Amino acid sequence: MGKRVDWLAHAVLGVGVLFFAFPVWLVFAGATQTAGAISRGDLSLLPNFHRIGTFVSVLRAPGVGTGTPVWHLLMVSAGMALAIALGKIVISLASAYAVVFFRFPFRMTVFWTIFITLMLPVEVRIIPTYAVMSDFHLINTFTGLTLPLMASATATLLFRQVFLVVPDALVEAARMDGAGPFRFLKDILIPISSANVAALFVILFVYGWNQYLWPLLVATEPGLDTIVIGIVQLINTGGMMTPWNRVMAMAVLSIVPPVAVVIAMQRWFVKGLTESER
Amino acid sequence: MTQLVIENLAKDFGKGTVLSSVDLKIADREMLVIVGASGCGKSTLLRLVAGLETPSAGRVVLDGRDITHLDPAERDIAMVFQNYALYPHMNVFENMAYGLKVRRVPKAEIARRVDEAAALLNLAGLLGRRPRELSGGQRQRVAMGRAIVREPKLFLFDEPLSNLDAKLRVQMRAEIRRLQRRLGVTSLYVTHDQVEAMTLGDRLVVMNRGHVAQIATPMEIFERPADTYVAGFIGAPAMNFLAAALSHGGSAATLADGRVIPFADGRRDGSDGRHLTLGIRPEHVRPMPNGMRLMVELVEPLGSETLVHGRLSDETALTVKLSGGGFGAGVLDIMPETAFLHVFDAETGLRMAPSAADVPAALAGAE
Repeated sequence: MGKRVDWLAHAVLGVGVLFFAFPVWLVFAGATQTAGAISRGDLSLLPNFHRIGTFVSVLRAPGVGTGTPVWHLLMVSAGMALAIALGKIVISLASAYAVVFFRFPFRMTVFWTIFITLMLPVEVRIIPTYAVMSDFHLINTFTGLTLPLMASATATLLFRQVFLVVPDALVEAARMDGAGPFRFLKDILIPISSANVAALFVILFVYGWNQYLWPLLVATEPGLDTIVIGIVQLINTGGMMTPWNRVMAMAVLSIVPPVAVVIAMQRWFVKGLTESER
Repeated sequence: MTQLVIENLAKDFGKGTVLSSVDLKIADREMLVIVGASGCGKSTLLRLVAGLETPSAGRVVLDGRDITHLDPAERDIAMVFQNYALYPHMNVFENMAYGLKVRRVPKAEIARRVDEAAALLNLAGLLGRRPRELSGGQRQRVAMGRAIVREPKLFLFDEPLSNLDAKLRVQMRAEIRRLQRRLGVTSLYVTHDQVEAMTLGDRLVVMNRGHVAQIATPMEIFERPADTYVAGFIGAPAMNFLAAALSHGGSAATLADGRVIPFADGRRDGSDGRHLTLGIRPEHVRPMPNGMRLMVELVEPLGSETLVHGRLSDETALTVKLSGGGFGAGVLDIMPETAFLHVFDAETGLRMAPSAADVPAALAGAE
């Protein structure tokens, strides 16, 4: 392998990075310009650092002095994404554990039932789900916002695959050592699957963060608005000119937490997706 | 006094019977080795004792306590697994300590026992390492350490050396034997390797298709195999078998080519013409002028000895182990040493001992 191959690889990577980073840069630069300039299509690629204060101003309130402050929207989004990610992990760990390590009647029926729910994402079952939440009086609550998004066939399948390759002898060694089912899960199974848990957490956090339709329906109180909803509300100002610079500033702020999560968990993420050593 | 008694133990899996009616008694401090080809039920027997499988019938009694239906953890038994089954996320210390931690042994006591076991196993400097940072032999020792710290009544070994390379296997074999003697723990050891079985066991259990074929000391099994299966399984290269018929009033066997081989140790029961299988180990065949003609097919020089593989005139394959070298292809005239002849019934495959009439009356009464 010569140096030329490396250069080619770097060139391809460079183009890829540009391709993905350019829109983000554009939004960042746009946030520091005036709404009028952006509306005219007069978007400069160079940020105007004198107007960097837009970010601070938006953090306090999306519109000029109106709307739920962005820091609050971010908190709701973060809470929702965390709750969904952790909830999904707990539920799918438990269900995969049951399906793989226990022999009970209709085990495979249970497994296939879980599997089939892959075909029923929230968007498909949104009306019945809304009706159920409404019956439980969970509309406009944090529980109602997160609970229907938690049950997850994908994560259950992933953990099932991870658990299936755990050597039988390891299970038996733990049994001989006196570890009961719960201890085995806590002391052995979760630690050896930790890289997978971390990788899944990253994916699920971003999934939860990006939720739009369900939060839009179930939470109508401003206190439960997520950052995604906040951005849309700022765009639909109803007749007035959309403050595109502020929208862009919000958009930039909205990607900071998921990016932070991805960067923080990057090492684990790669390990979880690639490592198979047991 | 730790004594393991296995009574009438059986196991069916779905359609097939894996283990049928096994009776065993293991004495205190004894190392009993179960040996057999794969699929003979030896691992199942071990797993039944461990409690990892439930028997279809029979009892397992340890120290007078019926443990047949107890959970593995409650049996006071420790097991060393074939692929070690170390916890990959724990270091050596934690691996060994885990069973004690689960049993809520005080921390100081755990540390004492682990340090002791580590010193015994030469693992003292490695307590902080993860299993993946250890060599095969070291992992093996950790797996044993994990069993030792439990201070169980019974050790179970499930082919613990089969993942090691040949040199290490010999070394660990000696180490296991030394440890077992020193700790004086009653042990049940499963292997498919007959050399391992012969060198490790106080007594061997040879299993064949779910049955116990023979239980005896290694030398007893080597010298007086109970049937043709045991005879062919124990000993390398394997015993030669020749078809023959009882003749001369039970005092000799006649081979297919009419050659008569007299029994050195006495008459066998049965009428002349009864079908026999004669067994003779390769090392008990000597070259002899005018003996049986062996068409040599392959010569394997082993240094101090030579293995000669060939066929007799009736196409029976025969292997001869001769001291020295220099044997070539062609024809070799050979004769079995009658003192080392094994006589089996051709139908049942069972060993035929000299008949009672030839045994002194006092001894016959004892049998």
